Amino acid sequence: MSTPETAAGTIAGAGAGTTATRKKRHLSAYVALFPAFIIVLLAYVVTVVWNIWISFTDSKVLPVNIFVGTKQYERLFTTARWLISLQNVIVFGVLFIAGCLILGFLLAVALDQKVRFENTFRTIFLYPFAMSFIVTGLVWQWIMNPTLGLQKVADSIGFTWIRFDWIVQSDLALYVIVLAGIWQSSGLVMAIMLAGLRGVDRELWKATRIDGVPAWRVYLHIVIPILRPTIITASVLLAIAVVRVYELVLATTGGGPGISTEVPGKFIMDYLFGRGNIALATGASTVMFITVVILVTPWLYYEYFREKPRGS
Amino acid sequence: MRGLLMALVGATALIAVGVTGAQAEGKRAEVLHWWTSGGEAAAVRELANAFNAAGGQWVDTAIAGSGSTARPIGINRIIGGNPPTAMQFNTGTQMNDLAQQGLLRPLDDLAKEQDWKSALTPAFYNAIQYQGHIYGAPINDHGQNWIFYSKAVFKKAGVTEEPKTWDEMFAALDKIKAAGLIPVAVGGQPWQLQSMFNSILLGEGGKELYSKVWKDLDTDAVKSDKFKHVAEVFAKLRNYQDPGSPNRDWNVATGMLIDGKAGIQFMGDWAKGEFIHANMVADKDFGCILGPGESNFMMGGDIFVFPVLKDKAATDAQTLLATVIMSKEGQLAFNSKKGSVPVRLDVDTSKLDACAQKGLTALKDPSRQILAPDVLTAQDIVQTEQDLVAQYWTTPSMTADQFADQFAQVIEQAK
Repeated sequence: MSTPETAAGTIAGAGAGTTATRKKRHLSAYVALFPAFIIVLLAYVVTVVWNIWISFTDSKVLPVNIFVGTKQYERLFTTARWLISLQNVIVFGVLFIAGCLILGFLLAVALDQKVRFENTFRTIFLYPFAMSFIVTGLVWQWIMNPTLGLQKVADSIGFTWIRFDWIVQSDLALYVIVLAGIWQSSGLVMAIMLAGLRGVDRELWKATRIDGVPAWRVYLHIVIPILRPTIITASVLLAIAVVRVYELVLATTGGGPGISTEVPGKFIMDYLFGRGNIALATGASTVMFITVVILVTPWLYYEYFREKPRGS
Repeated sequence: MRGLLMALVGATALIAVGVTGAQAEGKRAEVLHWWTSGGEAAAVRELANAFNAAGGQWVDTAIAGSGSTARPIGINRIIGGNPPTAMQFNTGTQMNDLAQQGLLRPLDDLAKEQDWKSALTPAFYNAIQYQGHIYGAPINDHGQNWIFYSKAVFKKAGVTEEPKTWDEMFAALDKIKAAGLIPVAVGGQPWQLQSMFNSILLGEGGKELYSKVWKDLDTDAVKSDKFKHVAEVFAKLRNYQDPGSPNRDWNVATGMLIDGKAGIQFMGDWAKGEFIHANMVADKDFGCILGPGESNFMMGGDIFVFPVLKDKAATDAQTLLATVIMSKEGQLAFNSKKGSVPVRLDVDTSKLDACAQKGLTALKDPSRQILAPDVLTAQDIVQTEQDLVAQYWTTPSMTADQFADQFAQVIEQAK
């Protein structure tokens, strides 16, 4: 966030001539930023405000300006599907982010051991990320389908006691989506982590080896703290994927069995387009927006605001 | 994959229609619809040919996917000031918001001139109106409460008679299960589950209860014992499905009947397209039941609406298109390809198949006609109930009482 300012400051500082030149340079920076500023204003701020306004109206298929107070929110929080969606996105979010970070980190550590064919492995692990969530979802739908996939294989070789039919159990289907998500995204985390690991000073390793510190302790107490910015980057990317999770659910379970794997993104899309209830959909997206703001604000404060004195 | 292939074939065929249309001189009409599968595209081509022959110039805007994809695109174009000449909607309340905002052209004069009132069933005549004005030209009538069954599976399981009550039906399903086959081919998507539920509500609950629930949105009827009985019959069917049912597409379920793996399927008459595609003959290789219980015909369908246009020539094209849609020839040509029956009652339907004849017999009796929930009630309510029905189906611990209470609660909230 502070980068443009700093950059502009550096340029101006480098110019370091008269005040007039500095002002001129500042002006050109603002002129350059102006289109971006307008786009952000129109595309983000105005639409967010409009969205919030619509959620207080009685809009159905078309937006109308009839104020109805908090009616939509009252309905939203007594709708079983919305409550299930919220619950699901939390479970999915925690397991998905944790799973991706752990698996991604382990893969990166394994690849960092100077294994042969590293490039090949890296490509294989990163490959799922090149696929869209739709493809991932479909693949996992087939793998877990009890009449086509793993269950059938297990049955046909006599292991009938193994249950791979999670996708048709309403209390387990969500975990299939978590699995599919981890399978898709941990390659990306691996790539980011590997880049981070390569940035760790080799001298550090030599030093710890001389001191006889076991490798796992080095990872836990030295490498992971060094990787902190890398982990944060990966977490932010994953968190964004959690908030907007939609296609993955659509392709894997379609929200089913019943409504057991519904997520907020799908709720909003369905009510916005298929169901002709814009007001309820915008209400739901406002709730999502506010939730994200509440979660992100303290973190932004912690990351940027609090550390500022140390940086300058 | 086959669906994709069909869509591609359909799209190619439609482009061909567009090209031939563009060469002809006439009243130009851009028609927005979502009929892109093989059979649907063939049906649209019939309509386009009829329109071109009548001196029009059909410009095809087909949007692949379902109505929920295409409808918002059309609505956005209407609001954005670039409306198509005509646009497809499902019969019923979908058009109401647009009509309320004055964005649709009333067709009252045309309907009066061509006497649509006597050509249509009263239920459909009401369904194309909003606040006393006619806004839609209906093209077809889809029966939605059919139970199709595989004659081969019935024979293998020793079921000799077509079940007429739910007791007989459950006895038949038990026999099929005992024979090691799948009794009910369930497509576990919420809309299919709700279609199943409505079919039982209309058959076992009867027309009166059905109307109270879906037309009057009467919460007392929802809390009645009869409604709970319907819910129990529906819940009992859980024991007759196979584990692969969640998220199964309807045509895959129909395929299970065609392959002789499953006994019955609840589905609208568009499923006939699949049977016909597999060279099966109605009443010989597969059977169809309206019921069990009361034998009513649940009607749904498609209409075309005409946005208000400033251009006089385009408005004339709309008039011509509405006339072609409502013509006997146009209706017959379209519906013989679509699997549905014409909405006009005075069309010669003697060439339609055995199941269509069964449906037409039911349609001749006004007391057996009833509209589908989508036609009677706002989409919002219908689809929120759909979530509940799906939740009930997959939650065996939910009782019929709880289901009825929540069903009533949804109505209260969305009213």
